[in-house]
Amino acid sequence: MSITAKDVKHIATLSRLNVPADELDKFQEQFNQILNYAEILKKVDTTGIEPSPYVLPTSNVFREDVPQPGVTHEEAMKNAPEEHNGGFKVPRVIE
Amino acid sequence: MALYNETVHELHEKLTKKEISSVELTNAVYDRIDEVEDQVKAYITLDKEGALKKAAQVDARIAAGEAIKPLTGVPGAIKDNISLKGMRLTCASKILENFQPIYDAHVIENLRKDDTVFLGKTNMDEFAMGSTTETSYFQSTSNPWDLSRVPGGSSGGSAAAIAAGEAIWSLGSDTGGSIRQPASFNGCVGIKPTYGRVSRYGCIAFASSLDQIGPIVRDVTDAAIVLNTICGVDAHDSTSANVPVPDFTKALKQDVKGMTIGLPKEFFGKGTDPKVAEQIKLTAKKFEELGAHVVEVSLPHTEYAVITYYIIAPAEASANLGRFDGVRYGYRNMQAQSAPEMMAATRTEGFGQEVRRRIMLGTYVLSSGYYDAYYNKAMQVRTLIRQDYQKAFEQCDLLLTPTSPVVAYPLDAKMDPLTIYMLDVTTIPVNMAGLPGISIPCGFIDHMPVGAQLIGKPLGEETLLRAAYTFEQATDFHKAVAPLGGKK
Amino acid sequence: MTEYITVIGLEVHAELKTKTKAFCSCSTEFGSEPNTHVCPVCLGMPGALPVMNKQMVEFALRFGLALNCDIQHYSKFDRKNYYYPDLAKAYQISQFYQPIALNGHVDITVDGKKKRIGITRIHMEEDAGKLVHSGATISTSDSSAVDYNRAGVPLIEIVSEPDMRSAAEARAYMEKLRSYLQYTEVCDGKMEEGSMRCDANISIMPEGAKEFGTRAEIKNLNSFKALERAIEYEVERQKEILEDGGHVVQETRTWDDAQGMTFSMRSKEEAHDYRYFPEPDLAPIIIDDAWIEKAKSELPELPDAKKERLMKEKGLDEYNAELIVADKKFAAYFDEAAAATDDAKGVANWMLGDVSAYLNANNVTIADFPISPKHLGEMVTLVKKGVLSSKLAKKVFAEMLKNDKAPVELVKELGLEQVSDAGAIQAMVDEVLAANPQSVADIKAGKDKAIGFLVGQVMKKSRGKANPGMVNQMIKKSILG
Repeated sequence: MSITAKDVKHIATLSRLNVPADELDKFQEQFNQILNYAEILKKVDTTGIEPSPYVLPTSNVFREDVPQPGVTHEEAMKNAPEEHNGGFKVPRVIE
Repeated sequence: MALYNETVHELHEKLTKKEISSVELTNAVYDRIDEVEDQVKAYITLDKEGALKKAAQVDARIAAGEAIKPLTGVPGAIKDNISLKGMRLTCASKILENFQPIYDAHVIENLRKDDTVFLGKTNMDEFAMGSTTETSYFQSTSNPWDLSRVPGGSSGGSAAAIAAGEAIWSLGSDTGGSIRQPASFNGCVGIKPTYGRVSRYGCIAFASSLDQIGPIVRDVTDAAIVLNTICGVDAHDSTSANVPVPDFTKALKQDVKGMTIGLPKEFFGKGTDPKVAEQIKLTAKKFEELGAHVVEVSLPHTEYAVITYYIIAPAEASANLGRFDGVRYGYRNMQAQSAPEMMAATRTEGFGQEVRRRIMLGTYVLSSGYYDAYYNKAMQVRTLIRQDYQKAFEQCDLLLTPTSPVVAYPLDAKMDPLTIYMLDVTTIPVNMAGLPGISIPCGFIDHMPVGAQLIGKPLGEETLLRAAYTFEQATDFHKAVAPLGGKK
Repeated sequence: MTEYITVIGLEVHAELKTKTKAFCSCSTEFGSEPNTHVCPVCLGMPGALPVMNKQMVEFALRFGLALNCDIQHYSKFDRKNYYYPDLAKAYQISQFYQPIALNGHVDITVDGKKKRIGITRIHMEEDAGKLVHSGATISTSDSSAVDYNRAGVPLIEIVSEPDMRSAAEARAYMEKLRSYLQYTEVCDGKMEEGSMRCDANISIMPEGAKEFGTRAEIKNLNSFKALERAIEYEVERQKEILEDGGHVVQETRTWDDAQGMTFSMRSKEEAHDYRYFPEPDLAPIIIDDAWIEKAKSELPELPDAKKERLMKEKGLDEYNAELIVADKKFAAYFDEAAAATDDAKGVANWMLGDVSAYLNANNVTIADFPISPKHLGEMVTLVKKGVLSSKLAKKVFAEMLKNDKAPVELVKELGLEQVSDAGAIQAMVDEVLAANPQSVADIKAGKDKAIGFLVGQVMKKSRGKANPGMVNQMIKKSILG
């Protein structure tokens, strides 16, 4: 498997990142190096092995449906880069 | 010995006996910071005013005859990925350069209850991604044992602060070795508790299934003291373990008789500096002398641990770091004309290269068509790695390995990412299996500290601490003081 | 010309009626100032972690049972990754790999024909925040402001099989779902307020074809009417493409209600790689048989069961029964009113007639209907007993709308009791016959038409209160013997 420059750009788009022109080659090379190394995983027979998404053997960790105060509006907006009418202002949204 | 180089338990005794005041102690540490911080650069943010105010309150409490906790009035440093209301929270990233957190992490709430003193926030690799603290947006931290070398990472600032006398205790976080490796590089004690022992609420997530907060301190007793305060179930973290928290200081007994300690052969071969391997074998010998039974064991899937980690951790990180989009907080590119452009420009300018590389790697391994080949495969191999450890623990009480295959290396070594990643092989599997691991000083190679890693069973911190304490009491490595030698 | 078959599958999102959000304790209350029901968790603050609301799971479980699903003993949450300003964490916590409920069904009736619609799955997820645009629409706005009050409100998504074949079936399915959501009290089912939302997957295929055509996913369907119109529009659009020899493109389209058209949302396609993976911050959900049994025992009577009961016990026909049960509160009103009389059919007729007419004309629901069910039932009894004629009943009904008193009292107050006293009626009949000899003669000559005229005269004399049946009989008897 080999990652092309186009792949790198596509991954960047999915990651909401741009790839500066001077980094494209380097990223491509590094990804290929890492993913080539990942080929060793093919040696491992994982037939019938369950993946491990959870570390602890717990289940059903619930919270009761009782409202608790959150943060104030002022605190919510404390770090807002831009505010408008009590909301977080963002430039034009493209649907 | 200078106050700033003493341990928490020594200073607690002095505070209790009113030999010193918290204000005196706090001032002594700040004087030390003024003296050496230029060379070490352990901190991103300092709060002398807040610290002295708290210290004065504590002194009033002591004067009024109130009983105090071991951490009360003893100043400590917090890794800058842990949310502490009132101090900016940067994660050593431009994207959070001016971010003011609006809540306290669970560990901070617990520490506040103890009336401890917060000195400031320590330097780290950006978003904890790195093992040298060089990916910090703000600065590189130097190793106090040799200023031309790295302090390790990602909790390099916390470890260097301890080694340099710039804090009495500190907190780090550990996703793949970020507490243990810098502890070993700086001659400190660092423990990564069992996954779930400490609430992650308020610790900026890197890889949610691997992250864990823990102390970096001067000796095993201090580690137990800090654990006593920070451990415990938290209603805000569904993954925190709902189990009783013992008094860890009660585990500090000099007794390893009858204990079986396994030496996993995979950590003593290729990739490990033979001098480091030699130190660990000497450590094993010491344990034998102290009455432990040492056996060789095998963890056959070790060779797959690094790549498995570098699939799982970036995958989780790619989602965890999605929220840094310039909408609600943090850096924002103000030129972009649309929201998607703003987000992409913000993230590209706000994140450093290593962070972007890992986000993209994580995005790739989760993307359509690659999920099964990479992410799911890695999650299956993770199961096999856990099983390796389960099997080893059928035979052993603890495992002993080098904390890092190498000692601290020069700053700006310009290694390619994969070469650096490979050095995490000793610590990574412990996170993958969710086990507790401690690094303790066990020797020196050319004046640089070497760390030995003890790995315990799930929730087996007490056994871990007991063995570490027994070794520590029988050796002097932890008493050595960093000379602040060499030049950056 | 080729005949086409329409194939429709619906994805319905229902906002659960929990008091708090899915993963934090913020209130789900509606209509507050922007960003006032928020906390570090739903604002996506660094370091915050989700904790599952148990009531959300209970609601999802209950609804899964109501739709005859297989409840999964093991289910878990996943992260669905995409970037949008209203999505604070840049991932939505949802259930992708192992949802809580699978393989259910619900029955609909269209034009008297019953049809079973398969339910593929039901899963839980969290809602996003809301964008307030600076301009009238998203495309004419320079900027938007994000409000996260709604962010994190729990939803269930109900995914149907592609079993519907017309807009009418899709509407019937949606109405059925709404009715089930209301009966189980997990969602108030208000499409116009957004507590129930719907995306439609629509394709067409030539009659006799073995495989479905390429589907378009239509979003922004905010009312039953919009759903029907969008399907009708989309079917015509796809027909035109196929007739012209073209191919339908698989894509997401948005319904523009004002223009009555669907439009492609190409930009959404590009980023359609959600990179789902298990949510490591939440433990899995294990639902054992005991939990399922408990939830089953707590299920209220569901619309279809209620319909059967009304047909069997109350003698309603299927059509009326279906209409009565569709709305939970309407049905509850019926139950109460029917309990106050032994003429349940009469209650049904009044409710589907005058009561519904009043609700429609005033644009209110049964909750705001001024007449208590007991009084309506009592009125129906008065009609059945012959105390009130149906004409006078309408007067009483009109009066009750203004003044919800017991109908017996109103009848007295208004002096509207029907006169069924044979002596009194005979006296009026005699008077009328004496005054209209020509009509009497006509009737004797076999011209029955005149009877109606004479009855009218007696009714007029009694100011409408005489029992018309008795008047009729007495006139005939007096003339013809």
